[in-house]
Amino acid sequence: MNSLIRAENVTVRYGENIVLTDVSFDVQAGDYIGLVGANGSGKSTLMKAILGLVPIEKGKIQYSGVGRGHTGIGYLPQVAVTGNTLFPAEVREIVGIGLLGGKKFPKRITKNDELAIESILEKLGILGLKNKKIGDLSGGQQQRVLLARAMVSRPKLLILDEPTSALDPRVRSEFFALIKSINENDGTTVILVSHDLSSIKRYSKKMMVLDRELVYYGSSAAFDINFSMARGLHHHELND
Amino acid sequence: MNSTINLIQEALSYGFMQRALIVGVLIGLSSAMLGIFLVLKKFSMIGDGLAHVSFATVAIALFLGASPLFVSIPIVTVSSILIMNLNEKAGIHGDAAIGLVSSFSVALGVLISSVSGGFNVDLFSYLFGSILAIQKTDLWLSVILAIGVIFTVIFYYNDLFAITHDEAFSSVIGIPTKRRNYLIATLTSVTIVLGIRVVGTMLISSMIIFPTVSALQISKNFKSTIIIAAIISVFSVVVGLLGSYVLNLPSGAAIVMINGIILGIMMLYKGIVQR
Repeated sequence: MNSLIRAENVTVRYGENIVLTDVSFDVQAGDYIGLVGANGSGKSTLMKAILGLVPIEKGKIQYSGVGRGHTGIGYLPQVAVTGNTLFPAEVREIVGIGLLGGKKFPKRITKNDELAIESILEKLGILGLKNKKIGDLSGGQQQRVLLARAMVSRPKLLILDEPTSALDPRVRSEFFALIKSINENDGTTVILVSHDLSSIKRYSKKMMVLDRELVYYGSSAAFDINFSMARGLHHHELND
Repeated sequence: MNSTINLIQEALSYGFMQRALIVGVLIGLSSAMLGIFLVLKKFSMIGDGLAHVSFATVAIALFLGASPLFVSIPIVTVSSILIMNLNEKAGIHGDAAIGLVSSFSVALGVLISSVSGGFNVDLFSYLFGSILAIQKTDLWLSVILAIGVIFTVIFYYNDLFAITHDEAFSSVIGIPTKRRNYLIATLTSVTIVLGIRVVGTMLISSMIIFPTVSALQISKNFKSTIIIAAIISVFSVVVGLLGSYVLNLPSGAAIVMINGIILGIMMLYKGIVQR
């Protein structure tokens, strides 16, 4: 199988505090991995380590076909939905940011870029919002816009850090279904961090459970519900 | 009406007024163009903090008998970077970081002026601005600054827009966020130092905040916000300066009042349109 990312014994420390210890895993092309864990389990830190935003103390992460950072990885940061309704930007401007990574000075949005922006907006069902102000949109619409920003450069790997935490349950389900269709129809590899255990189990192909170390990495279907309780995960959500 | 026109013509014939208008317009333009990045990144009060730092540096310069401009620009620039680092590295929130640097600087300025025999006219003129004090050096530095700000905003527009919207995402796609933030901080510092000649340390932050907040009431996208803010700022400076001459009012306060009236009109307009 074709590994996009191979992590070997990755250890990350913030000052005196070891946040991740000896984490090893492979991410293969076409995977849809749900990353879960209790608060402080190191989920966001692992994503940041993959993106090169935090230094790795020990171990290494190897990339194949995707460059660390700007080439081939689309990223949706945690709490990305803008709460400021006055932020003066139209949807097309926000999505255009996703194309700046590969550009040289002076970075300009070209006619082709505009077409790429329209194409991704259409794909995500929000072309009609192209000229709307971001602050005027609902939480679910804003999250789709930010997903479009992550996807407009046609990345092989999408990293989504708690993308549904600010959304209501109905919009959350729609979002998970959308990510599943992107993974299945386009072959885009997805790593999605979430507290929403039930949706992760339902939609992802694989699950990764962190508790400052890797405690489970395997098929979502085979993931043991009782195991999640022992790890302090949000078990009640499984009964929703 | 005729007497007002005569007074304006008279004002425009004076060298000090011509210098004040040119410097004021250029500072207004620069501060409005930088304002959007500071206001939206919740660093609005950095102008206020840096103005207080420049008060201390003016006190130091007058105490040493040196040129205030050349003492202020480097120290205020270093302070702006210090404020950003306090925010980033020491985990001190932006407003607290500004408060710390700002109050320490005022205390330093007061101590130095006390040691050197109390507040003198020169130092006082920096508190509320004095267009009579504007020299040719200020004029040339303002021209260089305005060119620097305009070129920075044009050439780094997309990077600055990206950082303002989402710094974490910008880092991931390879935008040098720290360097761009320092660039904005440096240009803001020079704008503040030059701007206190016109409106004074007490009021300079208004030139950064008011035009952007006014523009935000009616603008729909990022570019139009910058353009509207720049127009409002330049208009306020021209009307404020000429109005202050005609009505015999302090120029800095007049500029801020015009800005305040425009903000009121914009908010009213937005309220009516949204109904």
